[in-house]
Amino acid sequence: MTVYLPIAELSVNIFIILGMGAAVGFLSGMFGVGGGFLITPLLIFYNVPPVVAVATGANQVVASSVSGAITHFRRGTLDVKLGTVLLMGGLAGASVGIWIFSWLRRIGQLDLIISILYVVFLGTIGGLMLAESLRAMRRAARNEALPLKRPGQHNWVHRLPLKMRFKKSKIYLSAIPVVGLGFAIGILTSVMGVGGGFIMVPAMIYLLRIPTNVVVGTSLFQIIFVTAYTTMVQAATNYSVDIVLATFLMVAGVIGAQYGVRVGQKLRGEQLRALLGLLVLAVGLRLALDLVLTPDDIYSIAVGGPSSR
Amino acid sequence: MRRIARALSLAFTLMALPATAQMLPGQAQSVREGLEIGTSTSEIAITSDFRGADLTIFGALTNTDELFLAIGQYDVVVALEGPRDYATVRRKERVFGIWMNTQSMTFEQVPESYSIASTRKIEDIQGLTTLSRMGTGVGIDHMTLSPTGYVGNAGSISDFRNAYKRLKLSNGLYQRDTTGVRFVSSSLFRATLKLPANIPDGVHIVHAYLFKSGDLIAQRELPLRVVKTGVEQAITDAAHEKPVAYGLLCVLIAIVTGWGASLAFRKD
Repeated sequence: MTVYLPIAELSVNIFIILGMGAAVGFLSGMFGVGGGFLITPLLIFYNVPPVVAVATGANQVVASSVSGAITHFRRGTLDVKLGTVLLMGGLAGASVGIWIFSWLRRIGQLDLIISILYVVFLGTIGGLMLAESLRAMRRAARNEALPLKRPGQHNWVHRLPLKMRFKKSKIYLSAIPVVGLGFAIGILTSVMGVGGGFIMVPAMIYLLRIPTNVVVGTSLFQIIFVTAYTTMVQAATNYSVDIVLATFLMVAGVIGAQYGVRVGQKLRGEQLRALLGLLVLAVGLRLALDLVLTPDDIYSIAVGGPSSR
Repeated sequence: MRRIARALSLAFTLMALPATAQMLPGQAQSVREGLEIGTSTSEIAITSDFRGADLTIFGALTNTDELFLAIGQYDVVVALEGPRDYATVRRKERVFGIWMNTQSMTFEQVPESYSIASTRKIEDIQGLTTLSRMGTGVGIDHMTLSPTGYVGNAGSISDFRNAYKRLKLSNGLYQRDTTGVRFVSSSLFRATLKLPANIPDGVHIVHAYLFKSGDLIAQRELPLRVVKTGVEQAITDAAHEKPVAYGLLCVLIAIVTGWGASLAFRKD
């Protein structure tokens, strides 16, 4: 059964879209990630224009982070104050990101930059994840205890001015790195259509030394607003959010996520992370191949020109 | 059914036309040949399952010269020209091992889609070359593609022009059918144009040209509206005309979906 996507201007098989949404939702539930970094490349592989894939991906992340954030809010593992400070940076970053996005689109380098960013991020994250989980598996096989990490109490981040007290996280931290982190992730949200949790969570834990229990909930909280804002601005400036595509992806995604969570609880952590690492690497590799292999046609056409809009 | 009936009645009306022309044999030399056309529909609707369509155009020649008709000196070319816009062609080059767009050229106001049918191969209808020299540009090979802005290397213009035409032909937006126009009687013809599935919406123009021994002697135009219908049209309109409300709706759907899922699957 085919359905016409009015914004992507493409007829697609509805079951492939639903399957894609459910599979990514399943994985995101299993691994506790937003899934934006998988959905956008998959849509690009399925010939959805990158402009639409990025904007629609951001919209899809709103849905998956809402249901995640609600769960964390109920459990009390969400620091609203910390999330709000992150959000201020995030909104500013997303605005700058949209501007970069439109500019890249105008000069015809958008597809290239999106691909390169994905290759770099997916390659790095996938590689780190795989290496880390293999180490953990080897340790488990040799029956070793986890090496006790006691990081230094302070690093350069903690010497910055403008300190604020975050009660729920029980930390006293400068607002500058928090806003800065939000800003950087905000740019990625606009340009790549991701929530950015896969970068924000490690950065919050290792760089800002925020207690692990509030990190995921708080990042989800700010991702909701940044991705919602990005969806709005993409819709207003590039007209590139496909509501039909987004709805199918979201509905299939949130349902898939619920089953993913259940399966994820039964599997072992290291194996799970190794699998996700492999998957992320594979998607990155596929995008990298498209960049390096000789294209079928070195020419391409875009409707519109410098003075037409 | 009604559409077919309308087309048929039009065909019969047109069939009657040459009869009146033949009643004035003496004046055949002084009266110029005429061309009348009609389409099977004035509007093409793109629904969600649109897979392309055929457009049938009926036409009749009036005041034709029996002798020229008998030796096949009349040629008809029918073209459906899509809405015009700027088009930018980009060329990739390998830079540090990565293929990226390095050069681009923007063409002024070219039709987004173009479907042409003729009685013979366009190249065999001699007048077309004179036409293209005059800048009318009938046919894909003769289409005017004038670059805008700074053109660095004049030699590459033809490369970009050829690439543009080749890409448009390969994605089906440009089509040509050298046998698409058929005479059903001595002066009544029927042309079938293929509309691709990815046809742009907007006002298209049906052009019909009549050639006599390679000279253009008559031409007619008819507008044809291509509209996205129903939900598709409403969504596209909303996205472009009320982008803020549209964006809000997208976000709202996302929030409701996410919230709904966390309610539906809540473990109590």
